[in-house]
Amino acid sequence: MDGTAPPQLRALVTPERVHRSVYTDPALFELEMQRIWGRAWIYVGHESQVKAPGDFFSTRIGRQPVVMVRHSDGGVRVLYNRCGHRGALVVAEESGHADAFTCCYHGWRYDTDGRLLSVPLPGGYGDGFDLSDPALGMVPVARAASYRGFVFASLAADGPDLKTFLGHMATSLDDLVDRAPDGEVEVAGGIARHGYDGNWKLVLENLCDGLHPLCVHASSIEAARAQDDGAWTDGAGEIAVTQMRQNGAPFEFWQNQVGLWAYPYGHSYLGDYHSDARLVAAMENPAFRDYAARMEAAYGAARAREILSVGRWNSNIYPSLSFMSQFRQLRVVHPVSVDRTEVFGFCFRLKGAPDSMFEDTIRFANVTNATASPVLTDDLETYFRIRRGLTTQGSDWIPTARALGTDRPDEHGGWEAADGTSELHIRNMMQAWAGYMADVPA
Amino acid sequence: MTADLRAVEAFLFHEARLLDEARYEDWLALFTATATYWVPSQPGQKSPVDTVSIFYDDRRLLETRVRRLAAAGAHAQTPPSQTSRLIGNVALAGLAPGEEGGVVAESRFQMVEYRRDRQRLFAGSYRHHLVPDADGFRIQSKRVALVNAGGVMDGITVPL
Repeated sequence: MDGTAPPQLRALVTPERVHRSVYTDPALFELEMQRIWGRAWIYVGHESQVKAPGDFFSTRIGRQPVVMVRHSDGGVRVLYNRCGHRGALVVAEESGHADAFTCCYHGWRYDTDGRLLSVPLPGGYGDGFDLSDPALGMVPVARAASYRGFVFASLAADGPDLKTFLGHMATSLDDLVDRAPDGEVEVAGGIARHGYDGNWKLVLENLCDGLHPLCVHASSIEAARAQDDGAWTDGAGEIAVTQMRQNGAPFEFWQNQVGLWAYPYGHSYLGDYHSDARLVAAMENPAFRDYAARMEAAYGAARAREILSVGRWNSNIYPSLSFMSQFRQLRVVHPVSVDRTEVFGFCFRLKGAPDSMFEDTIRFANVTNATASPVLTDDLETYFRIRRGLTTQGSDWIPTARALGTDRPDEHGGWEAADGTSELHIRNMMQAWAGYMADVPA
Repeated sequence: MTADLRAVEAFLFHEARLLDEARYEDWLALFTATATYWVPSQPGQKSPVDTVSIFYDDRRLLETRVRRLAAAGAHAQTPPSQTSRLIGNVALAGLAPGEEGGVVAESRFQMVEYRRDRQRLFAGSYRHHLVPDADGFRIQSKRVALVNAGGVMDGITVPL
């Protein structure tokens, strides 16, 4: 029997459990590249990375290299990074500016919308050779769309539009953008890159997992608790040590006071868990007073308070993105193989906010996304151990039933966990997984 | 002060030995009370304030980092890393604006890390701002510029 037939695929996932092959089988990974990463709206980048016509940013959708580029008409295009001639990568730099793209091999030259502009010795390619043939260009991906500056692409011509796909999760992107006094955010501060030997789903599952911090991060929690706050800091240690201590909130806190929500297409978000005023946009914090005043000037006191009181921690847009607005962080998930994943971390500057806000953004990125973070390194070790453990024949199944049956429908078409340590978000992602994998368009 | 290259080299070799022997608390004692330890995440990165880093520790964070490493049970060090550092091409350089007193040493390094069936090679340059101390020197700042700073790396737990 073909293990990749829809009934067999559907049987790998139930509300109560997931088959280990979903994390370990290379054949399923290949299928995911087609049926999930080849169909869902995948995060590509932010429009601020390509401000002027000709600005470009190279990235990947699944394993496929693409270029996000601002065209002369002002629109953002997402093109497969492939020459229409011999198939070479056309754009070799990660970011930059080009009036046109020229392939290194035989000099084929492309406009920033992918149209083939010119080739050397055009007469030699035969009578039917036509520069305007789209197949000879850098081919645009099937669909690209943007929500408030966040650019997503789908490699499939059919499927829900971006707005439908994002659904209520669009409000998490709103939460990030609305925090800017000028109403815009921009990518800044470099890219924090890390990799791990494990499946791509593990990082998304972990980012909304309220049960793990006390166990996974025990060493950094204890070290931070013992830290003498009289030791000198330029701000880096203040933010980092405070964040590590917050990870040590008791189990009951995560269970009862954090909150977890899940939405169609596999999306979810974890509520904010910070009580320390240094780590949220609290009005009583001197570092935020100037910022809060600018927000009030821009939006009025009531609306500013409303914006700043949104309490969300990590928001996951399945399968490629996780971000959080409180410290303006965004993680992009890049699957490499069934047991190899890369994660690229980006920071956002709130336009119109004081510089000190962005300095805190960088400090926070260093404790959550830095390759050598005392926090992140224990998450990465855990992903490795899951990968290694799942190779055993101890059991073929991973239970996902924590707090099953206690999740409640919410008013936005999703689910709210009654227990913040529910595995609701995992069940929700796995339901989306089964949908993509088994419901194949005819 | 008169900069003595041999004395600076001896100090750098001593520091490397403390790290190779996982004597992290002794390593921490080499730093001043207002020290910074920095590993940029971008080639040519100018500042730790406006751009993310692989490590950027002020004294307070460095103390917490070392306490975590020294305590048993950090998952990312179970099993622990074994490392071997080689330092060469040591040269004395000038102070940067804002740096007062002491001496700046620039050097090249390679570090091999072995942990759980896997060996990794790190390479790059060190820049140490050292200030005089009763025992010789203390580290006021240390910057580690990795040749692959901009690349994708698995987690790094031990200081470079």
